Amino acid sequence: MQPIDPTIALEGFGPRVEDRVRPVTRRSGADRWFRGVVTGAGAFTLVLMGLIGLFLLIRSLDALRAAGPAFLTTAVWEPDGGAFGIAAVLLGTALIAVVALSMAVPVAIAGSIFITDYAPARMRTPLIWLVDLLAAVPSLIYGLWGRAYLQPKIIPISDWLSAHLGFIPFLDADRAAGFAASTFVASVVVALMVLPICTAVMREVFSQAPPGEKEGALALGGTRWGVIRTVVIPFGRGGMVGASMLGLGRALGETIAITLIISPTFDLGRLTRILETGGNSIASLIALRFSESSSFGISALMAAGLTLFVITLLVNAAASIVVARSRSGAATEI
Amino acid sequence: MAIVELVREDAPTAREGARPIRFRRVERNDVLAIGGSAIAASALAWLLFTRLTAAGVNLGMFVVGYLLFLLLVWGIGREQYDAVRARDLVARAVFWSVGLLLIVPMVAITVYTVAKGVAALTPNFFLEDQSRVGPLSPPSVGGASQAIVGTLEQVGLATLISVPLGVLVAVFLNEVGGRLARPVRMIVDAMSAIPSIVAGLFIFAAFILALGGQLSGFAAALALSVLMLPTVTRTTEVVLRLVPGGLREAGLALGATEWSTTRHVVLPTARSGIVTAVILGVARVIGETAPLLLTTLGATAMNANPFSGKQSALPLYVYRLFQLPQEVAIQRAWTGALVLLLLVLILFVTARIIGGRGAGHISRLRRARLAREGLA
Repeated sequence: MQPIDPTIALEGFGPRVEDRVRPVTRRSGADRWFRGVVTGAGAFTLVLMGLIGLFLLIRSLDALRAAGPAFLTTAVWEPDGGAFGIAAVLLGTALIAVVALSMAVPVAIAGSIFITDYAPARMRTPLIWLVDLLAAVPSLIYGLWGRAYLQPKIIPISDWLSAHLGFIPFLDADRAAGFAASTFVASVVVALMVLPICTAVMREVFSQAPPGEKEGALALGGTRWGVIRTVVIPFGRGGMVGASMLGLGRALGETIAITLIISPTFDLGRLTRILETGGNSIASLIALRFSESSSFGISALMAAGLTLFVITLLVNAAASIVVARSRSGAATEI
Repeated sequence: MAIVELVREDAPTAREGARPIRFRRVERNDVLAIGGSAIAASALAWLLFTRLTAAGVNLGMFVVGYLLFLLLVWGIGREQYDAVRARDLVARAVFWSVGLLLIVPMVAITVYTVAKGVAALTPNFFLEDQSRVGPLSPPSVGGASQAIVGTLEQVGLATLISVPLGVLVAVFLNEVGGRLARPVRMIVDAMSAIPSIVAGLFIFAAFILALGGQLSGFAAALALSVLMLPTVTRTTEVVLRLVPGGLREAGLALGATEWSTTRHVVLPTARSGIVTAVILGVARVIGETAPLLLTTLGATAMNANPFSGKQSALPLYVYRLFQLPQEVAIQRAWTGALVLLLLVLILFVTARIIGGRGAGHISRLRRARLAREGLA
C-alpha cells in the first residue's frame, strides 16, 4: 500500500475514503509466527474436541450396528449375550442427577444469597474458600466418605421418608431390600459435589444485581428480604437456571463417587424406588465393566460413553447460553 | 405496585435521625432473637420427641425443630415489629442457617478423613511399595511409594503437556483473538464439563486402540491433560484479561513486536496468575480416578518408567484397597485418601495465596535476583 502523504490532509482536502489512515498492520516475521502458533493452539482445542467425539463414535459403531434402535430401550447390559442398552443406566443417571440437584439447588440459592447479601465482610472470604474447596476435593474421597460416614447417617432418614412419605411416587421402598447403596445416598453425595459450581455461578450473578435498584427499594423503606425478593432474585433468575444446568452437567458425568456408593441394578422398578438399595449410572457402568469386557463389550461401553458425552455437551452448551444471556440481557432499567 | 407492601409501617423518617442501612450488618437484636429461638426450638423438639412421645431422635425431630424455630422467630418479629419486618427476620434466620450449613460438609470430610487415615501415616507409607504386602500385613509393612511415584510422574507429564498448550490458547483468546476466538472459548468451556471417564475412554480409543500404545503412565497422563487443559486455559485467560492494556500499548509504542510484548510484558505481569492456573490444574486432576482405570490399571510393584508397563497411582491405590474386605486394606486406603486430600488442600491454599496477589507483584526472592542483575 502507498504510504499516505500527510501534507494532503494538512492542505485541508482530507484523505479520500480509500486512503483513510489505518493502523499499521504489517507484521514482522516473528509476529506472523507468533500469531500462527497461538492460533494453531486455539484451533487444536477445536480439533481435540472433534477427535473425542469421532473416536468414541468409530469405536462404538460395532455395538451400535449390532444393537440398532434397541440400544435406547433395552434395560440390561449383556453385550456378549447380545442384549444390551442404556435404558436402565440412563434412567439411573438421570435420577441421581435430578435428585441431587433438587437438594443442591435450594441450598446453593440460599447460600449464595447469604454470601452476597447477609454474611458480614469478615465471614465472606473464608466461606467462599470453604465452598470452593468442596469443588477441589477429589471425587474419590467423596466416595469413601459417602460410603463410610454419610451412608449410616442417611439410612435412618431413608427409612423415615419411606415410612411417612412412601405414598409419593419414587419415595416408596421395599423395606426388606434395605436402604444402603441406593440412588438417594449417591444423590446426597453428588449434591455436595455440584454445590460449589452452582453456588459460584449464582454468587456471581447475584452480586451483579443492580445496586441502584437495591438502594431504591431500601430507600422506600423496604426490608432486606423485600430487596432480595423484588430485586436480587428476579435479576438473577436466568443465572439460577444456568447454574442449575451447569450443576446438572457435572452431576451426569460423576463417576467414581457413584461407583463406590451404589450397588448396580438393572431392575427398572428398583431404580425408580430411589430410597431402596440399588441404583445405576452410565459412568459407573463404564468404570465397573471396562476391565472385564471383551472387545465387543468395550465397543458397547464406548457407545454408552458417547451417549454420556453428547448429553453432557448439550446440557452444558444450553447452560452457558442461559448464563451468558442472563448476564448481558438483564441490565438495569434505570 | 408491590413496593408498597414492602414498606414497613415504622419506616424511620429523617426526623427521627434514622441510622443508615448497612446491608450486611449483623444487628444485636436479631442475633438474640434468632439465637434464642434456635435454642428454644431445639429444646422443645427434643422434649417433644424423646420425653413427651417415644418417637426418639429421627429426621422428624429435626424437621419439626426447624419449623418450630422459624415459628418462634416469626413470633418474636411479630411481637417487636410489624408483619413485614417479621417476615424479614424469618428470611434472615433461613439464610443464616443455610450459610452456616455450608461450613459443615468440608469440615466433616476433612475431620473424618484425618481421623481415619492418620493412624497408618508412617514413614514406610512413603518409602516402601506394595509388593511385599499380604492381605493381613499390618500397616507398618509396605506402603504406597509406587503409587506416589506414579501419581507424580503422571501429573507431571500431564502438566508438561497441558500447561504450555493451555497458556498458548489463553494467549490466543486474549491477545490475538479474531473470528476463531468465540468457538474456541465455547469449546474450552464445554471441555471443562467432559466427564472424566469419557476422557479415559477417548485416550483408550485413540492412543491404545488406534495408535497401538500400551496401558502406561503416559496414557494416563494424556487423559489427565485433556481434563487439565480447560482449567489452565480459563484461569490463565482470566488473569491475562487483568493485565492493564496500557502496558501492552506501551510495549507496542516502543516498537516491540506483538510477540516480544507478550513474552516480555504481558506474561511476566501475569506470572502469579499463571502459577495459580497451573496449581489449580494440578489440583483438578491429582485425585482423578476414573480415567486411570481405563489407561493404566495400577500395579503393586514400583514401576518408575511412565512410558512402559502398568503404573500405579495414588487414587487407584485408594480405590482398589477400599474395596477389599480386610480392615488393614481399608486402613491403608484411608491413609492414601488423607495424603491426597492434604495435597489438594495445600495446592488450593497455595493457589489462593499466590492468586491473591495483584498482577505484576514481585516476590521478595525475585526482587533480590533482579537487584543482583541490576534491573531494579
